[in-house]
Amino acid sequence: MLERLRDGPRPVGEIAKGLPVTRPAVSQHLKVLKEAGLVADRSEGTRRIYHIDPKGLGAMRAWLDQFWDSALTAFAADVERSAKREDK
Amino acid sequence: MNTQIRPSPVRKSIFVNASPDHAFDVFTSGIGRWWPKSHKIGPADLDRPVIEPQTGGRWYELDVDGSQCEIGRVAVWEPPERLVLIWQLTPEFAYDPELVTEVEVTFTPEGTGTRVDLEHRDLERMGAKADAMRETVSGPGGWPGLLQLFAATVEK
Repeated sequence: MLERLRDGPRPVGEIAKGLPVTRPAVSQHLKVLKEAGLVADRSEGTRRIYHIDPKGLGAMRAWLDQFWDSALTAFAADVERSAKREDK
Repeated sequence: MNTQIRPSPVRKSIFVNASPDHAFDVFTSGIGRWWPKSHKIGPADLDRPVIEPQTGGRWYELDVDGSQCEIGRVAVWEPPERLVLIWQLTPEFAYDPELVTEVEVTFTPEGTGTRVDLEHRDLERMGAKADAMRETVSGPGGWPGLLQLFAATVEK
């Protein structure tokens, strides 16, 4: 479902098209995605348009990913520096 | 439909040329030497984070003015193989006692050194907090500034 939103905002009907589940099931799933901070929506007339939420959980995860990358790099550098000191 | 959205955990793996004992020791008692100083909670400058060396121990930051701020706690203390920390910081780096995410770190002997695997999981629990994230990421206190600081530290 998220893949269908990768190319741009879509209304529910279009997201549901061709999926082997009922439209209420699709709406329910989108609601869960929205609560998880992965998609956001807006109304356009009677339609609800969904799009991937650029400031949601995905962004948070990317930030933590970078945080640990940098922190562990500094950690490894310190481990090896201090291990050498102990050897001497 | 009973669907639960779970962002995949952040997983990192790094090899260090040292014993598991030494790597575990640097990760815990030596955390003040590698933790980014810019990532702090309290208003005062960060002295160092402290991980109390026991299961159930506190994980907090100690500031230069002597004040302390909670980060989380120690869920599993099994030196030198395994450490599980409870991370209770929101994306804005504020302590939230309601927020519980796990950071598991394992230290496995490999060749002449140790492989350190880190997994930060239960990230979906940060969902409600994720909105403030964009500012943190792109603001002056975010990654551009942090990376500069790292470069300076590593080269020292």
